[in-house]
Amino acid sequence: MMTEEHFISITTICRQYEIDFTFVDSLKRMGLIQVEIIEEDPCIHADHIGDLEKIIRLHQDLNVNLEGIDVVFHLLEKERALRNELNTLKNRLRIYESE
Amino acid sequence: MAFIDYYKTLGVPKTATEKEIKAAYRKLARKYHPDINPDDKEAERKFKEINEAHEVLSNPENRKKYDKYGKDWKHGEEYEKAQRQYQSQQRQQQSQYQGGGQSFGGGEDFSDFFESMFGGGGRASSRQSARFKGQDFNAELHLNLEDVYTSQKQVLTVNGKKIRLTIPAGVENGQVIKIKGKGGPGVNGGPHGDLYIKFIINNHTAFKREGNNLYKDVDLNLYTAILGGEVEIDSMSSAVKLKVKPETSNGTKVRLKGKGFPVYKKEGQYGDLIVTYHLQTPKNLSEREKELFKELQSIEK
Repeated sequence: MMTEEHFISITTICRQYEIDFTFVDSLKRMGLIQVEIIEEDPCIHADHIGDLEKIIRLHQDLNVNLEGIDVVFHLLEKERALRNELNTLKNRLRIYESE
Repeated sequence: MAFIDYYKTLGVPKTATEKEIKAAYRKLARKYHPDINPDDKEAERKFKEINEAHEVLSNPENRKKYDKYGKDWKHGEEYEKAQRQYQSQQRQQQSQYQGGGQSFGGGEDFSDFFESMFGGGGRASSRQSARFKGQDFNAELHLNLEDVYTSQKQVLTVNGKKIRLTIPAGVENGQVIKIKGKGGPGVNGGPHGDLYIKFIINNHTAFKREGNNLYKDVDLNLYTAILGGEVEIDSMSSAVKLKVKPETSNGTKVRLKGKGFPVYKKEGQYGDLIVTYHLQTPKNLSEREKELFKELQSIEK
């Protein structure tokens, strides 16, 4: 079960990462992050903080805009699925390898 | 410890302007950034290299020093002198800034060459984004196929911390599992990082594994193959007696339901064991045996 402890207020997030509330808002509008309202306070689930950090890094370190980040995330997800498939196939190939 | 050509790392000429250096760094960073190259150690190494090169060449003071003494870093009194002077300067600067700002562990390790030339003070800019969530840890766990036939508890030590872990039976080679909150501690009350464990399953058994199914080659005596009979084979858990039909041909496959590998996170469910018979041709025949085979041959004609 999710409890309040697992949510982090956007105010805290903005302070910690030195980002503007409008930035978080545009991430939300683009569907890059999910924002939940807990006791009238907009929050992000702790499980999504890793993704948020990745977004901030891509944006700040590499100057990727939000549309670009959206594309990167989709491609990374595709890559992850392909790597899993590749792993399964590699494991299957082991059957045919001679000892 | 070897000399590092930072210009070569960034692919720029020695005469490159600050702008050109920045552009070259950005281009390479887009290619090798760890966030877009997950689980790629080569990219991680490259990214560290270009970061270090950028750290030196984008900072006018560092660049000047590198250009002047870089190649002679090991010898030369002049370098030594400059080194001492530089370090004392750095110390002064550092003490001025003490107490200001939080240091965020970035995990950026620099080469020995960098350390010997610039010491800790060379890391001028804190490019790493401010951290809140703790660092994610990655670990590899090597196990044998027999080990993951049954679920088992293990205690791992990751970064000095003991982590109790139940490894579910049937875990796949190369599979990664995430253990929430077992990474580095968060900063300013931020959530802990996660621990990712990649399983490397070595197989030294007579079985080959494909998902939940196991494959095994079994030698079959010629007479048993022709006349039928019984063979005893070892499955992963026990010995199994198999009835061999008369006139079984070489390469015949027999599927033993539920004698394979456990299904991941589905207790009590198992894959199948597929046995392939390999007929053994008798060798070093006695005269009598040859005679009998000849007789058989003549009947066939």
